[in-house]
Formats: sequence, structure tokens, C-alpha cells
Amino acid sequence: MSLIEHKINIQNNELEFFLEIIFRVFGYDFRNYNKAHVKRRILHRINNLELQSISQLQHKVLYEEGYFDMILRDLSINVTEMFRDPGFYKSMREEVIPILRTYPYIKIWHAGCATGEEVYSFAILLQEEGLYERAQIYATDFNPVVLEVAKKAIYPVQKIKDYTLNYQESGGKNLFSEYYVARYDSVIFDQSLKKNIVFAEHNLVTDSVFAEVNLIICRNVLIYFNKELQNKVISLFTESLIKGGFLGLGSKENLMFTDVFNQYQVIDSKEKIYKKIVTSLK
Amino acid sequence: MSYEAIVIGSSAGGLKALKIIFDNLNQSFTTPIIIAQHTSSRSESYLATFLNQDSHLTIKEAESGEKILRSHVYIAPPNFHLLVEEDFTMNLTVDEKVNYSRPSIDILFETAALAYKNQLIGIILTGANNDGAFGIKQINSFGGLTIAQSPESAEVPIMPQAAINTGCIDKIITLEEIAELISSICN
Repeated sequence: MSLIEHKINIQNNELEFFLEIIFRVFGYDFRNYNKAHVKRRILHRINNLELQSISQLQHKVLYEEGYFDMILRDLSINVTEMFRDPGFYKSMREEVIPILRTYPYIKIWHAGCATGEEVYSFAILLQEEGLYERAQIYATDFNPVVLEVAKKAIYPVQKIKDYTLNYQESGGKNLFSEYYVARYDSVIFDQSLKKNIVFAEHNLVTDSVFAEVNLIICRNVLIYFNKELQNKVISLFTESLIKGGFLGLGSKENLMFTDVFNQYQVIDSKEKIYKKIVTSLK
Repeated sequence: MSYEAIVIGSSAGGLKALKIIFDNLNQSFTTPIIIAQHTSSRSESYLATFLNQDSHLTIKEAESGEKILRSHVYIAPPNFHLLVEEDFTMNLTVDEKVNYSRPSIDILFETAALAYKNQLIGIILTGANNDGAFGIKQINSFGGLTIAQSPESAEVPIMPQAAINTGCIDKIITLEEIAELISSICN
């Protein structure tokens, strides 16, 4: 074995132990995340802290305050935007909303909502379609810090130009500026959008189903998981959805190669919208 | 030395540059190529279609979990980072932009270096920022071969120059010479 291979071998073993001990001590399970991403994040953190090894980082995370929170932030997925992939929202409006409209009461679960931009995007869509008043929206993430940001509905003003474009392309019916007030370098979204949203901590890897819902939106989360964990989380979603309920994934995520593919009908193959066609086994 | 894969990073002017390389590759060339080309986040993915037209290789957009195969060229989808896993599959993420870019050349190069170690070739082409310079250092530190398009032959010289400035570039050559070099050493 060459010196470089030896070094990488040590590093990979250290990483495996590090993720194991984080799970045992803190209860957050990153063991089935895709390795290249986790490793890159951890190595950059080590570099940034001017440490020599994952073992050194592990010591700090276990014994010094603040380090675990830093790792949690490094490994959580917080990049999102309002009306990200406008075609997804357009398809939701055209294909899914008409069916949701037939229910007297609807429950929607945004899983892995991060800082909430997509939750408010969907809330706007529901308001415009006259469905908001009969909707209960659960917005969950494992990271309490991003949930606090989500609850505030305050975002940097420089992103509004992009969001406005997205909103228009998504089939938005009003002026986007009707939904927020700008102040200094921030915009705050209309507080009425929050009325039916419950923000809560929920970990897709370690927690179970908490409600029966009509629609689950979980975008760009599964791409961080290995096949095994993807299957586990999709089973969780399948259990949570009513028969005839919908699942919306990210543009590069797919049910095609998962265990439950035959339990779904493809509604929009490009925008990755699926409909559950079987009854849950209880 | 046998090389198992090639990673290419390109930005402004990259489309034309990539086309020239592919047009000049030997017909017997089969080493997998993985490309991070900077594009606007709003652009549709047309690069694979554009390059595929008359190549003997299968040129496609990389998918999550996809295995890296010979005679294939993989392109990072617009607005996603492309990472190479140590089991020679690829994954995508939507993490923050790196060097204002998603896909980021650095992320592709860093992760590919860990997977392929000294059996990797990293190539930096035309572009207007310094994405890829850090990645080149990584490839070099693992003993891989590093190539930069000669700045005077590049449509925009900033990116290859930034890579050269790291002191970790093995070859500074034109696009035609890149095609010729990789055709001969990967055979």
C-alpha cells in the first residue's frame, strides 16, 4: 500500500468512527449520507480550524462547547430558494391542486424544510388557489437553528429579484411584492402565510411518521443519502401518505430505482411528482 | 502510469474548447471523462446534446448514484455540484456555491482526487475566475497528472492562469495538444 493509500485508509476509518460516535453521543445519524460530501465537509472544517486529523476534531466535538453545533451546521443542507425550479410549482398548480381541492381538509408535510423558503412559496400558491384556509402545513427539519430562521420568514433583500423571476415563471397570479415588506436589507413575508404552518424538529433518519398527509414535499434531501437510507426515508413517506396522496421530490431525485416504485404513479416525470396508488399496510 | 479517469473544469468559452478536445480525441480513446462546466443556474442542460453529436463516446449528464464507466463522458447538471465517491460512483448536491459557481470545479476535482489518487488527470480550460485552482493542488498532491490550457490560447486566460499560479501544473498546452496527449497516454 502506498503512503497516500495508507493515509486515506486512516482517514476513512477515522471518519467512520467519528460519524458513529456522533450518532451514539448526540443522536444525529450521518452514517448513511453519501461519503464524498460528508468527508469533504469534515476535511474543510479541519483545514479551517487548522487541525491535523479527524481524530483531533472528534476530541473537540466531544469535549469542547460549540464544536458539535458547528459540525451539525456543516452537515445540514441549508441551500434553498423561493419557488426553486418554477416548473415544479407550475406542475403542482396544474396537476396536484385540482385533486387536493376535492378534499375538505388537507395536510401537507415539508420534510427537510431548512430555512423555509419553499414552505412559504407553497403557502403563497395555496393562498392563490383558495386552499390555504383548509390546509394544515407541517414544516420539519432536524436542525433547530434553521427552523428558527424559517419561523421568522425574514430573508435577504438581494435575493428577491431571483425569487420574483421564479414566482412569475411558476405561474404566480399576483405581484410578488404583495407578499412581503422590504426593510433595510431584509424582506419580511406576510405573517398571514404562517397561520397554518407548524414548524417542528423532525429527523428523517431517526424519527418516525407523525401524521397522515395528502402531500409530502421533500426536495434535494434524498440526493445526500445512500441507496439504503433513500429507501428507508421513502418508505417513511409512503407510510405517511394517504392513498391518492402526492410526493414531490427534487429535480435530480427519482423513485424509479427504489423499493416502492410500484406503489406510485408518475404524475410529472420531469418535475418528479408522484401519486401513491396503494393503501398503506398498517 | 495508467490513468483511470479524467476530470475537466471549464467556464467562459468552455463550450467551444470542449468541442475542440472531443473533435481531436483518438477513436480508440475510452477513459471516462467527468466535466464541470460553469453555466447560468437558469440554463437548461444542452451541453451533453451539443457534444454528443459526432463523438464515439456516450456523453451524458451525470445522475445521482451513477457508476462511472469507460467510453462515457459525464457532465455536471447546471446548478448542482458533482462529487465522485471512492467507490467510483457519482453524486450530486445543492450545497452553497463555491467560487461563485455551482457546479464547482474544485468540488469535482477534490473528490475525484480522493477516489482515483495518482490515476487521475485534471485539466483546467478557459474561464474567468479561479475555480479549480484548489482542486488542481489536491490532484497534484495525490500524484495525479495536471494540465492547464495555455493562457494565450484560451478564450479567457484567468482560470488556467490561476491554476498555473499554484505551481502544481505539469503541462501547459493548447486544446489540440491536450487531445493528443490524453489520447496517447490513456491507450
